[in-house]
Amino acid sequence: MRFADTTVSLASDDGITGGVTRFRYWFERAIHVFLFACAGISVLTTVSIVFVLLVESVRFFFDVSVFDFLTDTKWTPLLKPQHFGILPLMCGTLLVAFGSSLIAIPIGLGTAIFLSEYAPPRLRDVIKPLVEVLAGIPSVVYGYFAVVSISPLVRSTFPSAGPFNAASACVVVGIMTLPMIISLSEDALRAVPRSLREGAYALGATKFDTTAHVVVPAAMSGIVASFLLAISRAIGETMAVTLAAGATPKATLNPLESVQTMTAYIVQISQGDTPAGTVEYRTIFAVGLALFLSTMVINLVAQGILSRMREKYE
Amino acid sequence: MTGPGLLNRQRRRRIIASMFAFSCAAAATLCVVVLFLLVGKIFSEGAAWLNWDFLWNLPSRHPEKAGIKTALAGSLWLTGLTAVISLPVGIGAAVYLEEYAAVSRWKKLFQINIANLAGVPSIVYGILGLAVFVQLFTLGSSLISGALTLSLVILPIIILATQEALRGVPDSIRHASYALGATRWQTVRHQVLPAAMPGIMTGVILALSRAIGEAAPLVAVGAMAYVPFVPSGPTDQFSALPIQIFNWAARPKAEFHQIAGAAIIVLLFVLICMNVTAVAVRHFYGKRVRW
Amino acid sequence: MVMDRRSLLPNSSKKQTVTTYTMTTTEPIAMDDPTTADDAISRVPTVPVNPPIAQSENSASAEGLPSANVKLVTRNLRFFYGSVQALSDISMSIPVNRVTALIGPSGCGKSTFLRCLNRMNDMIEKTRVEGDVLLDGNDVYKPGTDVVELRKRVGMVFQKSNPFPKSIFENVAYGPRLTGINGRAELQEIVEKSLKRAALLDEVKDRLNDSALRLSGGQQQRLCIARALATSPEVLLMDEPASALDPASTTRIEDLIFELRERYTIVIVTHNMQQAARVSDQTGFFYEGQLIEVGPTRQLFTTPTEKQTEDYITGRFG
Repeated sequence: MRFADTTVSLASDDGITGGVTRFRYWFERAIHVFLFACAGISVLTTVSIVFVLLVESVRFFFDVSVFDFLTDTKWTPLLKPQHFGILPLMCGTLLVAFGSSLIAIPIGLGTAIFLSEYAPPRLRDVIKPLVEVLAGIPSVVYGYFAVVSISPLVRSTFPSAGPFNAASACVVVGIMTLPMIISLSEDALRAVPRSLREGAYALGATKFDTTAHVVVPAAMSGIVASFLLAISRAIGETMAVTLAAGATPKATLNPLESVQTMTAYIVQISQGDTPAGTVEYRTIFAVGLALFLSTMVINLVAQGILSRMREKYE
Repeated sequence: MTGPGLLNRQRRRRIIASMFAFSCAAAATLCVVVLFLLVGKIFSEGAAWLNWDFLWNLPSRHPEKAGIKTALAGSLWLTGLTAVISLPVGIGAAVYLEEYAAVSRWKKLFQINIANLAGVPSIVYGILGLAVFVQLFTLGSSLISGALTLSLVILPIIILATQEALRGVPDSIRHASYALGATRWQTVRHQVLPAAMPGIMTGVILALSRAIGEAAPLVAVGAMAYVPFVPSGPTDQFSALPIQIFNWAARPKAEFHQIAGAAIIVLLFVLICMNVTAVAVRHFYGKRVRW
Repeated sequence: MVMDRRSLLPNSSKKQTVTTYTMTTTEPIAMDDPTTADDAISRVPTVPVNPPIAQSENSASAEGLPSANVKLVTRNLRFFYGSVQALSDISMSIPVNRVTALIGPSGCGKSTFLRCLNRMNDMIEKTRVEGDVLLDGNDVYKPGTDVVELRKRVGMVFQKSNPFPKSIFENVAYGPRLTGINGRAELQEIVEKSLKRAALLDEVKDRLNDSALRLSGGQQQRLCIARALATSPEVLLMDEPASALDPASTTRIEDLIFELRERYTIVIVTHNMQQAARVSDQTGFFYEGQLIEVGPTRQLFTTPTEKQTEDYITGRFG
């Protein structure tokens, strides 16, 4: 780190340095330290998250073997006999992540293509802010929407569905992740240089040819990154999923059944009165660790893709 | 290739092309329709329940007597405390990264870390808050625990927005200040921060509106749906609007869904006010400062 | 207006001193504008006692100068951007109360050299300085040097005018405020004095609280000069101060430079040879990171000793 330049160095005796006060030196130094500490808090946050999750998880694994945790197909920490198999929660999470992607990816990408390639600028100026509004609505409001609108709709379409079902969670999380896919994909599409489009048009390609065979492939890395970030968001989504999918940890792939995701489980334990220090309490740290790791890996991959894409266009 | 075959192929291609364009337009329309359905549903459920009593009543087991007084007060407390905590830290961190940290591997590491934190699910921050603020610091399920946790949630947003705003300040301003004998902090304090302020304020307001809507981390640190008193200090227990909405939405009775809708209208109103402020700040200052 | 400006000069009588070398550089305006013609007389150096500001390329003579008349000396100054050497062994002395012009093609290192004098290059990552820069005999690169204090003594005006997005008053008052002057009356006095010296006061005195960004380009640049003057510097570095301005504004800035040399030692980088000829007493020619030649302006432009200098001033390259 360089302090030498504009931060003041200590006084010596010749003319140039005569005016330096020790106060100014220490003041600048103190500010520097304070600002460094502020930046350090963000690192400290990451370290604390990892540390807290690891320590409590390790304590959890004193009581429950890692093998059982990963292979047991039942998750019943609050009932006797207790089972601590994370598979049902994982399954619920993956079901919602997958189902929401099925909805969000085609609609999101279609909207992004429409906004970037087809929409007249005026229409774009109307739709974009509306999509941003969609992004600004709190998660719990989407959960409410799932309960009062989507779930009844699912049930009237599929009478076998329960009041809580994975399908309505998939739909609502799909809606929630739409803005992320739209804005990131649109950025990627618009970053495709004009020259590439003009090159295609010059060869006699139609708008569709250019879009489907030139622009979208050129923007593919950004588009994939947006999908990944949306999936990561779906995995971490909490309130809407809790309200829509229910609290039945079940290793099922049937979207009409009630499932419990990892996040919903953490909410369930947090709302109850499980005393701190018990193995039941520690389950949320083990589940939290699984959640943190899976989202972090996906995010890092997506960030990597995005930063490589930025380099390419700079 | 014969003539008719070529024509056929051309026609097929045209059909595919127009179908593609149509589906893209339909997807965009769907997004807008969903937004209107969502807002429409909320108003049709909740608007009738919205009145003065609803704002000033305590929570209750009877929907017709229930109100959001404590939840609203809790949300205001939380937002205030979160702003007080996260603003100096977030802006400070951004200033460090943009104005102080040398371009180096360290800065890159900070940057990756912040981008990553922005993607951590908010419930994980809740677990962190539970372990550190509630248990370790023995702050309990208090407003201050909730505010500290929310501060961590929105810190990456504030840092990234502030960095963006600082990058928008041209270097010529910094050079002019240094050339006049300003120290680094004097340059930041008197020239760079004031010039970046509109951008920073916009980012901060958007981050705070994210904090107002967050429920998951608050559930984890132990916010309660039923708090029969207005918190009088940072160490009091608390409820918050999103928590109250969650609680009502989770109940089977239709009346609770309706008052949840009413509470959402209040929440959305607060959010809209903040966003309008953000847009106004950007618009107002955007006109005055142009490089 | 021009007469006004002249009357602002505190000791205009002093200007009428005898000369050892006369203005021969072509200067079209001088002929039809009496005031400028007057300037042309006054352009004569007041201290011709030490004409050895004329130096050969190997400027050991710089150290031989009586130090009272030399403000800044560089000795074997080298500058590196990473592994790229941008300046090689620049030795030059800059006389007090004179205008020294630095000319040369783009990328020749003249701006880099200028920025070494008040250590503005410190701001750029991965750069390195070797050699000495002596301000009144003190090395400004000596460890322990207060860069902040140095920059107050050595002011700078940039190529592109860069007023702060604040009021005219606040722009000029910023420097004095940094030194702890906060009294409104005192600041007002400094601001007015500085604006007056920068020949801007008459145009802005009724709207000191307007945004500086509303001024025209030429006014903004003069505001930047006023801002630099407000910290009472001894040396004023100007990095192509008129290159972004229209001809009329350029003339004003040039007149201003000429007046300012009464009080300040001025170093000006310019890509415009006519400008160098018009405003400076001494000129240095830079080429590919080297100081090819430095000498009295008239001499450098009429009888350059180096082939490269001659090629450049006759327009054969650059």
